[in-house]
Amino acid sequence: MRDPTIDLAIYRELQETAGADFVVELVDTFLAEAPQMLAELRAAHATGHAERMRRAAHSLKSNGLTFGATALAEQARALELVGAGADGAAALDTLEASYGAARERLLELRNG
Amino acid sequence: MADSARLLVADDNKVNRLLLARSLELQGHRTAMAENGLIAFEMLRSEPFDLLLLDINMPEMDGFEVLERLKADLALRDLPVIVTSAAEGMANVVRCIELGAEDYLPKPVNPVLLKARIGASLEKKRLRDRLQEMVRRFATPEVAQDMAQSGFALGGRHVHGTVMFSDIRGFTSLVESQPPQETIELLNTYYTLMFDAINGRGGVVNQMVGDGLMAIFGAPLPLAGHATAAVRAAQDMIEMIELLNADREAAGKPAIRIGIGIATGSMVAGYTGTQQRATYTCIGDAVNLAARLEAHTKVAGRHILMDGGTRSELDAALRTDALGSFALKGFAAPIEVYAHG
Repeated sequence: MRDPTIDLAIYRELQETAGADFVVELVDTFLAEAPQMLAELRAAHATGHAERMRRAAHSLKSNGLTFGATALAEQARALELVGAGADGAAALDTLEASYGAARERLLELRNG
Repeated sequence: MADSARLLVADDNKVNRLLLARSLELQGHRTAMAENGLIAFEMLRSEPFDLLLLDINMPEMDGFEVLERLKADLALRDLPVIVTSAAEGMANVVRCIELGAEDYLPKPVNPVLLKARIGASLEKKRLRDRLQEMVRRFATPEVAQDMAQSGFALGGRHVHGTVMFSDIRGFTSLVESQPPQETIELLNTYYTLMFDAINGRGGVVNQMVGDGLMAIFGAPLPLAGHATAAVRAAQDMIEMIELLNADREAAGKPAIRIGIGIATGSMVAGYTGTQQRATYTCIGDAVNLAARLEAHTKVAGRHILMDGGTRSELDAALRTDALGSFALKGFAAPIEVYAHG
């Protein structure tokens, strides 16, 4: 069963192709950058900037796919394609929760 | 393994940027990074790169605009670009390819695929650079630039054009009568003058053998009035030789004489040779005929001879004398020969 928080198969493959040490660095970069993307997403939603929102969601999706954070990537992709929709705030809450879970898992993997 | 190349990675997302650069470095390439299209474009203009890996969604200047700017920039238009994007939808891929991107890789980028695409793109670039270098060697800067602008059409194709052969009369005995250094100096002066005359009329010298040369008018690029251009170039060549002779006579050296044969018709033009050594050339009856006419100048006692095809396309201001029909080697039927000058 593949874990949608972090798909281990994808994560291991990343380690294999890029080098485990480098992936540690990459995880740190992602965890440093992602809060800005989430903040940008919130701000864009609050001010109704569809294009900014699409861009931030696109970036999160792209990084989610890289680390195997499939749930995060899926939700970001939905935001990229259709925007926040009527339940914008709820969609963003869900996304942030997915990011929180992915973050924890990535930290475990990074340290383990 | 391909030689180490210098690649630029343009991506606004830091994780993507680092990961791509890492993949490329593991493949033995050197990399530089840009965090948006504008920075990437400025870097490309100030430093040499072999390839650009380009993201589409970027602030300041997006990937589409980078592609458009590269296309409009003469120095950068041949730079291979591989677009890497997680952009949704086929329309984006199509737009990138239409804007000149070599390839499109979806993100996350598969390292094996990346390696293969980069290898193919760099190989193509190497080939293109080599061809460009060859074009530079045989064409004037204007022709080389025109070719770069119009895109290379280097495969074989049929062209209607005019071929010229020229050589120095009695050169062998001249060589025997003077020191070797003088022969080389003479040849260098001679070629400089002849290239000038031929290029000045839009022709391209594509072969030099000893004291002989072959030039093409109307290929690789089409040339309006190629027959007239060739005959005018021949006139210029004769005039330049006369000037050279005035110098030589003043220095107590014998005058030199040249013979020029010109023929017009359809021919096959393109690159021939091997990967290591290739030349742009034309093949066809007109080529053989021009060579025979050049040889026939000795018999006819005229400097410039041409065939009926050239004469029929000639500017009315250029007068010719009909010398009659002659049996020329390699041609079953007698050939009408015309002289100019």
